[in-house]
Amino acid sequence: MLRGVDLALARGESLALLGESGSGKSTLLHLIGGLDDADGGEIVLDGVHLTGQSDGDRSELRRERVGIVFQQFNLVPSLTVAGNLAFQARIAGRFDAAWQKELVGRLGLEGLERRYPEQLSGGQQQRVAIGRALAVKPRLLLADEPTGNLDEATGDDVLGLALDLVAATGCGFLMATHSTRLAQRLDRQVTLAKGVLVVP
Amino acid sequence: MNLATLVIGLAVATALWSGVAALNAQARASYDKAAAVLGEAGAASFVAAGSSFIPQTSYVALRRAGLPVSPVLEGTLRIGGVSYRVVGIEPLTSPKSSAGGHLATSADLEAFLKQPGRTLVAPETLAELGVAPGAQPATEQGRTLPPLAAADAVAPGLLVVDIGAAQTLLGRDGQLSRLILAAGAGTETRALPSDLRETLRIEKADETGDLARLTDSFHLNLTAFGFLAFIVGLFIVHASIGLAFEQRLTSVRTLRATGVSLKTLIAAHMCEAVMFALVTGVLGVIGGYLIAAALLPDVAASLQGLYGAHVGGHLAIDARWWLSGLGMALAGALAAYGAGLLKIARMPVLAIAKPLAWREAQALHLKRQGIAAVVALTIALAAYVGGTGLEAGFAVIAGVLLGSALLLPLVLAGVLRLGERGASSALSQWFWADTRQQLSGLSLALMALLLALAANVGVGTMVEGFRKTFTAWLDERLNSEIYFDAAGVPEAREIEAWLGQRPDVSAVLPVWKAETRIAGWPVDVFGTRDHATYRDHFTLLAQSDGAWDAMRDGRGALVSEQLARRMSLGIGDAIELPTARDTWRVPIVGLYPDYGNPKGQVRVNVDALVAHWPDARRTSYSLRVVPGRAGDLIRDMQAALGGKLARVVDQAALKTMSKQIFERTFAVTGALNTLTLLVSGVALFASLLTLSGVRLAQVAPVWALGVTRRRLGDLEVGKVVLLAAVTAVLAVPLGLALAWCLVAIVNVQAFGWRLPFHVFPSQWALIFALAVLTAFVAAIIPVVRLARTAPQDLLKVFANER
Amino acid sequence: MSVSRAIAAAVLLALCVWGSARVTAGGFAGLGDDAAGFAPVVPGREIVFPADFGAHPDFRIEWWYVTANLKDASGADYGVQWTLFRQALEPGPQRDGWASQQVWMGHAAVTSATTHRFGETLARGGIGQAGVEAQPFQAWINDWSFKSTDAHDAAIRALTLTAGGKDFSYALTLKTDRAPVLQGDRGYSRKSDRGQASYYYSQPNFEVSGTLTIDGRDVAVTGTAWMDREWSSQPLAAEQKGWDWLSLHLPDGEKLMLFQLRGTGVGDVYRSGNWIGRDGHVTPLASGDIVLTPGEARRVAGRALPVTWRVEVKSKGLRIETAPLNADAWMGTTFPYWEGPIRFTGTHAGNGYLEMTGY
Repeated sequence: MLRGVDLALARGESLALLGESGSGKSTLLHLIGGLDDADGGEIVLDGVHLTGQSDGDRSELRRERVGIVFQQFNLVPSLTVAGNLAFQARIAGRFDAAWQKELVGRLGLEGLERRYPEQLSGGQQQRVAIGRALAVKPRLLLADEPTGNLDEATGDDVLGLALDLVAATGCGFLMATHSTRLAQRLDRQVTLAKGVLVVP
Repeated sequence: MNLATLVIGLAVATALWSGVAALNAQARASYDKAAAVLGEAGAASFVAAGSSFIPQTSYVALRRAGLPVSPVLEGTLRIGGVSYRVVGIEPLTSPKSSAGGHLATSADLEAFLKQPGRTLVAPETLAELGVAPGAQPATEQGRTLPPLAAADAVAPGLLVVDIGAAQTLLGRDGQLSRLILAAGAGTETRALPSDLRETLRIEKADETGDLARLTDSFHLNLTAFGFLAFIVGLFIVHASIGLAFEQRLTSVRTLRATGVSLKTLIAAHMCEAVMFALVTGVLGVIGGYLIAAALLPDVAASLQGLYGAHVGGHLAIDARWWLSGLGMALAGALAAYGAGLLKIARMPVLAIAKPLAWREAQALHLKRQGIAAVVALTIALAAYVGGTGLEAGFAVIAGVLLGSALLLPLVLAGVLRLGERGASSALSQWFWADTRQQLSGLSLALMALLLALAANVGVGTMVEGFRKTFTAWLDERLNSEIYFDAAGVPEAREIEAWLGQRPDVSAVLPVWKAETRIAGWPVDVFGTRDHATYRDHFTLLAQSDGAWDAMRDGRGALVSEQLARRMSLGIGDAIELPTARDTWRVPIVGLYPDYGNPKGQVRVNVDALVAHWPDARRTSYSLRVVPGRAGDLIRDMQAALGGKLARVVDQAALKTMSKQIFERTFAVTGALNTLTLLVSGVALFASLLTLSGVRLAQVAPVWALGVTRRRLGDLEVGKVVLLAAVTAVLAVPLGLALAWCLVAIVNVQAFGWRLPFHVFPSQWALIFALAVLTAFVAAIIPVVRLARTAPQDLLKVFANER
Repeated sequence: MSVSRAIAAAVLLALCVWGSARVTAGGFAGLGDDAAGFAPVVPGREIVFPADFGAHPDFRIEWWYVTANLKDASGADYGVQWTLFRQALEPGPQRDGWASQQVWMGHAAVTSATTHRFGETLARGGIGQAGVEAQPFQAWINDWSFKSTDAHDAAIRALTLTAGGKDFSYALTLKTDRAPVLQGDRGYSRKSDRGQASYYYSQPNFEVSGTLTIDGRDVAVTGTAWMDREWSSQPLAAEQKGWDWLSLHLPDGEKLMLFQLRGTGVGDVYRSGNWIGRDGHVTPLASGDIVLTPGEARRVAGRALPVTWRVEVKSKGLRIETAPLNADAWMGTTFPYWEGPIRFTGTHAGNGYLEMTGY
């Protein structure tokens, strides 16, 4: 699927991964996030070699160092907004009440903490997802078409919030998107075509 | 996978239903068969008045007087430690509709009549004896049976031989048990020869009718169990069809949008439902056949124990239960499809495909179920307060069970909310919250489990309670050391005289018997002598002052609980006993338990009995014997009295026999109980399997956030076990309620006696363990599947192109 | 009684005992089977009365057969049949009680122009339910009986005959001052060219009076009766499929008995008969002397039966046509057959009985 993809991302840097549907953006993102195992090659995250790691180790890595935002939001439906926000941080043992409070504020989720995901709009849900991903203070934030399910204005809004928070936490930010317009708002852009990386 | 669940669910439900239907059909066919050996239902016969046997010369005299009678000699003999009922018939004169009558026009007649004759047995009996046709087993008395031949028309456990062979086998030359009258022969129009009028009496007893009537309540019980199982199965089907429709809504909408009419769609679904019902129905009926075949020995044992009814061990395939099984499958499928079709019919063509938010849906659903539960419980209450009869009893049980089942999700939701509130860690919080969400999908299966567990607790409580009561009662009731029947009245006198000279016999107590009918119900009237044996040991549920004195003087009667309940009589009331000539009104001075007896029973003074029934059977006795001498006495009696004794048995043997009967009585109950639990396990398994697809979407995000699949798997098992455990705890009070209904309502209605209510907490622990185990086993496969799900599959959940 | 009657009886009993009708190489229902073990029928045995009125249990089959042609006060015709069959299931020493190998069967019928009633009853030997005693003569099965009214009568000259079914009964008195007629060669009656034979005598000269009861209505009747007595062990040739038999009361006290056995092949018919003079003298009739031509077939009980016949006995100049009193005289017994009273006209006129089997 992916061949000869060679990519490096520094701390605090944001990188847009462009490409058509089916170009392999999601796969690359999943590999980097430790959700999937590559057949070959090398993925190093914060000095840890991901390739060939056990399920448990990869889970730990995801839990503690990676935040992931999906196009479908993928909030835990049985938990409230507050529960969702704190979920990853708490299972990683890195829950920080002050940071959570700040996130709620920055993401404009005040007053929604006791609601359940199904009671939120799409934009609100994605903001919760971003908050959940960043609550753990990850080294890397991965976002797979985060605005794909949102209208343009809401998408711009949500991306702006994400970028602000990335800047505030100093983590790396890798976003897969097919929109060059959104990609322009990130530091760097690379394009993935038929599994091959094209650096402009 | 969903289809598999559907098929399993409906097939299992149909299987249980048709299995029970098959068992009922089999039992009824056996009653008919047993009756048909001697004649068609309702055939009257002459029996000896006041004696056990009719001299053969009386038969010839009746025949030569033109009465169309056929001789029968019945008895039991033992082969290899097993008792068999021997019926000697005379095929040339047997009623045309009887098995013997059929024999008279069949090719087997010559062999039957010629030496050495034939022993006609059911194929099952042949198998039980472990011999091939033509074999000549020897009885324990060292007599050889005529060569065995298989005959389908013969009921199992029965040996049909020529009348002459029967006399030889039973050692009763020149003696007959009864003379069957040909159907339609008027018994009044052609008077008996004057010299026979005193020695014979006509017995119009319709044994078949009695057997069918007496066993009705048992079959109703069985049917109720079958229905319960069917309902449990329907739960499964309903759950999976509901899911199937959810999944199908999108394509249905597309089809509607492209112009397919609602009518066509519904017709297509109906077609599908019918096809589905037919396929699963056939599978179910086959399964039912297997279940019935497996359960048949238990049912046969129960019926034999309860009513002495023989049921064939070879299951016949009967169109009726095939159709009943298919019908139930069809009804079940249509009922399950109905809700989905309604949804399709109401759906606007262009509605946005917005899945109903689970929380609102669940709340709405729980509310509806709560209302339904209240309705069901109200019906149960109404049936209890206002209803009578066995049907009302079952209505109470059905209402209570259904109401409680419907309440279950509500209670579980409450428990889970409490748990969530108490949870501290993120994962445990998620555990409780997610379990609550999962509840909707599992509630039907859990209801099924609740019902199965409650049935287990309830029936177990009843059976154990019965065992306890029955054993204690037997110990009190059977305190004479020896029981015997004399061959006839003169023989009885001789035996009495012989016993009078034995120093080791302390009392010879007659237990003479007359038979009558009260309101169409067969009632045995026993005559006993006043003796300390009764005064000191005979258990009475209630008695008036001086009851035993009144009995002694023939001024009072003891009435069995069954009879008293049926006739709504109590102490102080008079019971009207139809005698041979008129009606005898006698005050009731005591009520006694008579567990397990399908007939009514009255006890009076023996002299009063003979005064009112001159033709009473005066051949049964019980003996009080010096301790330790019973065995010797029986041996001496057999040696000295020989053929004058029709039967002699000691107390221990009688107790063993009674306890065996008891164990057999509830054999089928135990088996059905286990099956119901099994079905609920299947329901749980099927639901979990169905849900596991949906569960992926719930679990994948949690996994993505860094929880290992293994840990998730453990949590999933934990959820199911938790739900099952809570359900099991709730099943205990429900089971006790059920047991109370069984003991206080159903048993009283069905059998006429009421048992003391006992509870057996050790049973509960067992059932709790059983529930947890069931849940664990049911959960393990879907969970292992989940834990083994490849990351790629989990990732599909996140795929953008969903 | 004729050979056909013999066969009829044997087959009836055999089929009752053995089940369905089978025409095999072994003959009708096994009756052509080897008779080994049963007493043989041999020429030269003297028929002795009263002993031979009684049963002969060593022989396989035996029967007491009475047919009567009767009239009531208004001249209406009736027929009555009374038959007792005995069959030994096995040869060998006679056993007592239920173990007895003897089985008994009774057939009885009353026929008028408008109705035909019949009954059948079965009984085991050995226990007294059925049997025959020679002196004083009595034959009985259940409450049917044929017995001498005089305990000291050694020649059965006065008897009573009773039988009944659910819708008929009769009680008749039979009287005669004539001796029984020995058939064949002094009672040895050859049945086929292959040696089958029976012991056979008749009493065709009974005068009858008594009462028939049909549906509870009594009818006083008078008339004549014909009794046949026959016993054998192997009365039947192998290939015969049915027979037609006639007993005729001719004018002036003469009697005629005729029968034919119908074989399986075309024209394969064996005929025989006896002309009994007023003085009791018997003239055997050769097969070629007799012509029996069936009339038009009529459907009775689902079968085509020639209920009328043209009969010729050339040597006696007899040429008659017979007609049944009631064409529906069907005996729907275990093994069914046609048997009923007939009238005949032609060179001679009178009445008699016809039996037809194997249709």
